[in-house]
Order: sequence, then C-alpha cells, then structure tokens
Amino acid sequence: MRLLASEAASRQDDGTTPGRLRGVPRSRITEVPLRPNVPATRGWGLVALLLLLGSAAGRLPAAHAARADSAAAAADTIAAPAPASGLVVTDVPNDAGRALTLQWKPSPDDVKGGTRVVGYALERSETPAGPWTVVDSANAGITQIDDSSPDRGRDYFYRVTAVGPGSSTPALSITGPVRATSQWMNTTRGSVLVSIAVFFAFVLYFMASAQSGKKPFVRRIPGVDAIEEAIGRATELGRPVLYVPGILDIDEIQTVAALVILESVAKLTAKYETPIRVPVTYPIPFAIAEEMVRSGYLAAGRPDAYDPDSVRFVSPEQFAYVASVTGTMMREKPGAHIFMGAFYAESLFLAEVGFETGAIQVAGTANVHQIPFFVVACDYTLIGEELFAAGAYLSGEPRLVGSLKGGDAMKIAIVAAILIGCLLETLGMHGFKAWMATQ
Amino acid sequence: MKREVPLFLTAVIGVFMILSFFVPHQVVSVPGQFLQLTAVIVVSCGYVLGGANVLRVNLDAIAKQQPGWIYKLVLVLSLLATVAIGAIEGSGFLDPGRRSRWIYDTLYSPMSATMFALLAFFIASAAFRAFRVRTVEAWWLAAAALIVMIGRVPIGDALTGFLPPALHLSSIQEWIMNVPQNAAKRAILMGAALGVMATGLRVILGIERSYLSGED
Repeated sequence: MRLLASEAASRQDDGTTPGRLRGVPRSRITEVPLRPNVPATRGWGLVALLLLLGSAAGRLPAAHAARADSAAAAADTIAAPAPASGLVVTDVPNDAGRALTLQWKPSPDDVKGGTRVVGYALERSETPAGPWTVVDSANAGITQIDDSSPDRGRDYFYRVTAVGPGSSTPALSITGPVRATSQWMNTTRGSVLVSIAVFFAFVLYFMASAQSGKKPFVRRIPGVDAIEEAIGRATELGRPVLYVPGILDIDEIQTVAALVILESVAKLTAKYETPIRVPVTYPIPFAIAEEMVRSGYLAAGRPDAYDPDSVRFVSPEQFAYVASVTGTMMREKPGAHIFMGAFYAESLFLAEVGFETGAIQVAGTANVHQIPFFVVACDYTLIGEELFAAGAYLSGEPRLVGSLKGGDAMKIAIVAAILIGCLLETLGMHGFKAWMATQ
Repeated sequence: MKREVPLFLTAVIGVFMILSFFVPHQVVSVPGQFLQLTAVIVVSCGYVLGGANVLRVNLDAIAKQQPGWIYKLVLVLSLLATVAIGAIEGSGFLDPGRRSRWIYDTLYSPMSATMFALLAFFIASAAFRAFRVRTVEAWWLAAAALIVMIGRVPIGDALTGFLPPALHLSSIQEWIMNVPQNAAKRAILMGAALGVMATGLRVILGIERSYLSGED
C-alpha cells in the first residue's frame, strides 16, 4: 500500500545501477532517453532569479519561466551546472492520492559554498515528450520535495533540472509513469484505532453493567456539587444566575458538554425560581441553548416560568462578547457566575470582573492554559475531564455515569502502556514506541 | 420521529467522521470534506436566528426605554449599518478603500485591541491574589512561580552564579517547566481527551440526547 509509483529510469545518468523500483511493476516503467546536457538560458531565467531571491526563505513556490529575460541574459556567461540525477518519485503513503514525493541526487556541482547551482526545478508532463511544466522548485542542497498538485490516478512523468545563475541543465533521464493513489487505511494510525476500540469497549461494558442495575461508584466532584450551592446563593440574594457556555461553536466538544450541563442548571434555576442569563457566541449553540433552558424548565415542571429572553445571542467576536458579558455582570450583578466550556484570553476578563462583583463563581474548562486563571479567580474549578463528566454526574442517569467508569478503566490502560513503553525503551526495544507514533 | 431521525443522522455522520480519520481513500475523505463544508451553510443560516434575537431583545428594550436604551440603539444602528454596507459592497468588502474595511480598521480593530490591552491589569490583580499564601499547597505554588519567574531573567543566574550549574535558577526553572509542569499538563490533557471521546460516544450512541430538545 505504501509505494505505488516509483522511479522509472533503468539507465541512470550518473552511471550507477538504478535504484530498486519500489512496488512498481517493471512493465509500468518507461525509459525515455533525453538529449544530452542542454543549457537553457531564457526559459529558466525566472526560476534562477526566484531561487536566488528566495534562498533565505527555504523552498520556493513553483516558478513560471516567462519574463526575466534580462536577468537571465546577464547571467549567461556562467557555465551550466552538471545535471542532477537519480530522481525517484514515490506516492505519498496514507493519503487520498493527493501528493507524490520527489527525491533526487544532487548535481555534482551542488557543493557547500559553491555558486554553480542555485537550486532545482521539478518539471512534470503527461507524456515523455513533454510539454514540461515546472511544478515546484527547491534551493541548492535540498534533494526532496512533495508535489501536492497531481490529479489522483493520472500518470505523470517527472524530471529534475539543476538551475545555475546563468543557465540550467535537465537530468539525462526522466521518471515515469508515476501516479498518486489513495489508500484505504492510514497505517500510522493503527495504534489510535486500537486505543479507541479498547476505550469504546470499556465504556460500552460499564454502561451495560450500569444498565443491568450495578450502580457504579463515582467520586464526588466538588465543583459540580458547588453549582447547586451557587444557584442557592443567587436565590438567597434575589439575583439571577449567569451561565457562560464558552466562546466556541458547536463543533467544539466542550461547547456540547457545557450545553448538556446547562440543562441541569436550568432545571435548578427553575426549581428555585431564579432567573438565568445565558449569553451565547454562535448561532447554533444559541439555538441549542434555548432548547436546553426550555427543557430544563419543562423538566422542573415550570414551563410557564421560562423567559424567552434568558438566552441571548451576543457576538462571535471574542472581545465584543467579553464587553457584553462583563457589562451584564456589572449592571445586573448576578449572584452566581457559571463558566463552562472552551475559553481563551477572555477567561481572566470574565472571572476577574465576576470576582469584583462578589458573585460565587464556578468554572470548568479543558483548555489547559486557562485553568490557572479560573483557579485563581473562581471559587470552584472543574479541571479537564471533570467538565465532560459533569453532565453525566448531574443527570444521575446510570448509563451516563457508567461511561465515566469506562474512562477510569482507560486511564489504567494508559498508565500500563506508559510503563510498558518505558520498560521496552529501557531494554532497547523500540517497536512499541514506533507503533504508537502517529501522523 | 422528531427524535429518531436526528439521532440516526447523528450516529451515521459521527461514525463516518471517525472513519474518515482512519481511511484516507477518496470514497470516505471526499464526502467527509463535503460534510464539513456543508456545516458552513448551516452556520450561516443560524446567523439569521442570532441576528433576529439581537434585534428582538434590543428593540424591545429601546421601545420600553429601559435603562441604557440609548446604547442599545447605537448597537442596533451599528449592526444594521454594518450589514447593509457589507451587503452593498459584496465580495471583496474588506479590500483596501472599501467602507467595510474602514469600519474594521478604525472602529472594530481599535476597540478589540483596547479590550485586549486591559488583560494586563487583570493578570496583575489575579497574580496578586494567587500569591496570597494561606496553605501549604499555596506555598509550593508561590515558590515554584517565584523560581520560574526569576529563573527566566538574567538576574536569576546572577544571584546563583556561585553555585554549580545544576543549581542555577535557570536550570531549576527549566526542570520545573519540563518535568512536573509538563507531567501535570499532559495528565490533564489525557483526561480531557478521554472525556471528549466518551462524550462523543455518548452522543453517537444516542445516550446523550438532551441537546436535541426537551420534547419527546
């Protein structure tokens, strides 16, 4: 599966035995003799110019020879570089047939400190006879690039051209036909697949176990327990509860977790007859948040108390949202602030302003860099996975609680894998680590 | 049916997207990319709902002349003007010289930068509170923070230059950041990743369905 296209030239221009044609039937190889070292002058002027200008910037974009006649003419007097050789083209593995890797042996003139080779131009054609199109270029010293522009399943021929300051020299052979093909399995993700399968098996087992009546033990999460305390405090003060479900869209799983918690919070606010304010950043979470609050009031048996204005769409812009929420904090002085979901720089804004108002604050996020801010400025903080556990914890639904036990079992498996990996690496056996590496 | 169809779609698309992580073949990757692109269309439709909510809430407050209604009027007028100008200018509305670009450069960008600049003051006040040492754990936190902060500036090594290199503050802070800090951070990340997967599985299996609405 890895290599479906390869070098074609059976006669290499450097006189060495051709490299092994990795995975390609010999019948697919086309050897195309080329004209000998042909100095090109005008057509390569722009490539040379770009390579010279871009030498400090690493790889250059594909150049199109056309308009740099004057620059090329000025450099015509310098001898053409010796050709590069041994171009090998292989399919990039584990992709959807979108790229080919080109690797070649440098020109003998491509030496450190040398000036005869500025770089290389990689050309592609659909027939051995051309016409050739420059698809990419590389500075001197670089001998491998990926061509990400081929069409999947189409045969191509490639050649590499050494580009000098005044002229360029194509290789004496071409490589092809080669084609980019797609694979059915990304083999570098095998370890992830196994890990996910094990984790899902744990979760499903514990959910089935909980459903059969075996009540799983889940440790108390002080931050979750504090949510009811915070709502109670707001009720005593006669002030609303402010619930912030993060600042990202619904494609962020933390937002999903925050909206799940929102239903339980809304149920409590309905029970205590305390108003709730939910400012939302994106329209889809806004629509879901409305549903969650409404269903919370329904579940509490108080649908009539539901306020359609309790959930408000504010703005997806980070600091516009901050301005609105902090304004609400200062004007309405909610008795409890609950921050759940994905947060970035605004975490400290919200928590600090909230602290100034004297509200009890409960926060939860899996964004590691924001956790310290919440720990400092809030009364309770749900750290990482506790955010995802909170919804199941608050619902008390056996299958949801059972899924938490699956997570605990997977943690034991991860610790075991880490210990096994350390042991094997210490013993000089690197296969496990290599299998675990993903792309 | 109101619940079964969304649950079925969620399960099928969820499994398909998991599959696309492991199967790069175009049979899976092309529809996967298409599904992700269609999300943009769904989101753009959602903005109509969001905009309607903004107008409803604020126009109501303006009509009733609630406290601060004048600011809400500014908000509504700004919203309508920005949308109208963007619609008139069409594609390329952020090209230099366009009115939308002017709004972005002279109004939006400075206001956003001003808000972000305030963060420095909030960090100072939060740091002051973080370093109020009341418990043993707080002592550990404050000591580690002090070492890291001083060890990252030249005076740290100047103060400990007479000690062996391993005991220089720069070396100690590096160890704190690379070993205990990294270990704790990775543990949190691993736990969060498991939480993400568990939540995703619950949603795909239809066990976590409260997001669909409260009505059966």
